[in-house]
Amino acid sequence: MEYLIGIQGPDYVLVAADNVAASSIIQMKHDYDKMFKLSDKILLLCVGEAGDTVQFAEYIQKNVQLYKMRNGYELSPSAAANFTRKNLADYLRSRTPYHVNLLLAGHDDADGPGLFYMDYLASLAKAPFAAHGYGAFLTLSILDRYYRPDLTRDEAVDLLKKCVEELNRRFILNLPSFNVRLIDKDGIHDMEKISIGTK
Amino acid sequence: TFPFASSESVPLPFPMGHGTTTLAFLFQGGVLAAADTRSSCSGLVACPAAQKILPIHSHLVGTTSGTSADCALWKRILSRELRLYQLRHGRRLSTGGAAKLLSHMLHPFKGTELCVAATLCGWDGGDFSGPGLFYVCSDGTRLEGKLFSVGSGSPYAYSILDQGVRWGLTVEEATSIAREAVYRATHRDAYSGNFVDIYHVTPNGWTRRTREDLKEEYYREKERRRLERERRGTTSSE
Repeated sequence: MEYLIGIQGPDYVLVAADNVAASSIIQMKHDYDKMFKLSDKILLLCVGEAGDTVQFAEYIQKNVQLYKMRNGYELSPSAAANFTRKNLADYLRSRTPYHVNLLLAGHDDADGPGLFYMDYLASLAKAPFAAHGYGAFLTLSILDRYYRPDLTRDEAVDLLKKCVEELNRRFILNLPSFNVRLIDKDGIHDMEKISIGTK
Repeated sequence: TFPFASSESVPLPFPMGHGTTTLAFLFQGGVLAAADTRSSCSGLVACPAAQKILPIHSHLVGTTSGTSADCALWKRILSRELRLYQLRHGRRLSTGGAAKLLSHMLHPFKGTELCVAATLCGWDGGDFSGPGLFYVCSDGTRLEGKLFSVGSGSPYAYSILDQGVRWGLTVEEATSIAREAVYRATHRDAYSGNFVDIYHVTPNGWTRRTREDLKEEYYREKERRRLERERRGTTSSE
């Protein structure tokens, strides 16, 4: 199904998500963007139950923007992650829990880059690399093997391509293309999409 | 509730949704929407001549799939809310805005038996004028796209549409491929059939073609194949 991945470097975070919006056995869209821009330097990647994803992510997005309007400065990635987790936890034991799995990636002027892993049970972990979805079973060991804290940006993109190659080789479902974005002190940068043909 | 196969002891491979075939796509001539007219209730054809494409206002139509009553009700509620918006703000809400409004109205009912899967096909005016096509589902999905097909017959329709839908189609070509996609889906899917409705949305509003009987289409195709076989001189039967 859906796949998210994030890799943190010394001064950047690289994130990627697949582009498929599926309904039962049909791919309804091949170019769907699963990343939500919370602020100039924070991205929220969101997968999970249909409808819950967009509703929850847009709710967090608008509240982060509201904080900025009220207080004159933006939430840090760590604060935004904890805010998101609190909302997930509050809704978890209500009548309408949100079944969403998230990666929050951001760059803070004070703390540097950060990647936060959250799941539908409202757990939160700051991690050097993380992935969501069935594809994570195939790619986490590749990340374990090759990740170093001092990866350059090109090395991180190559590591990402290794993961995508493995998905194309062994994953039962067809994930033809992935959106890739990089966050550093200068903001969010769109990078070249990774498709089946790219080397 | 989903229609069940006659023997429930064998589980369905995936949830069979919405006994219907509807489709909509964008092309240079505007937006084309097509749907069958069979309204089914478990194994019974409750109505062979239902209307699955409902006009919402002069420049917006919606295809419906799911529970007929839910679709009829929510389309009326959407029409009312869009008219109120137009009166309050002095302009029509865009297709995307209408889709978001419908999606947010349906969200509180998520988890209940409410079942609405609609595509909104419209032409937006004002500064961002142009065609708009959005898929909205009661499970919360809201997608923008250039081509959608919804319902139990949708996989069959997708395969026909994926072969021929391009931006540069003429209105006749677009109508023809939409009709064929619905026809082939109704041929294979038990829960779709009877007639096909085709609506066309342009900057001047929506227009509707006369309803066509797909039974006639079946005999026309049989005749075409027979003539082609005679022309090729083979005598093997199909």
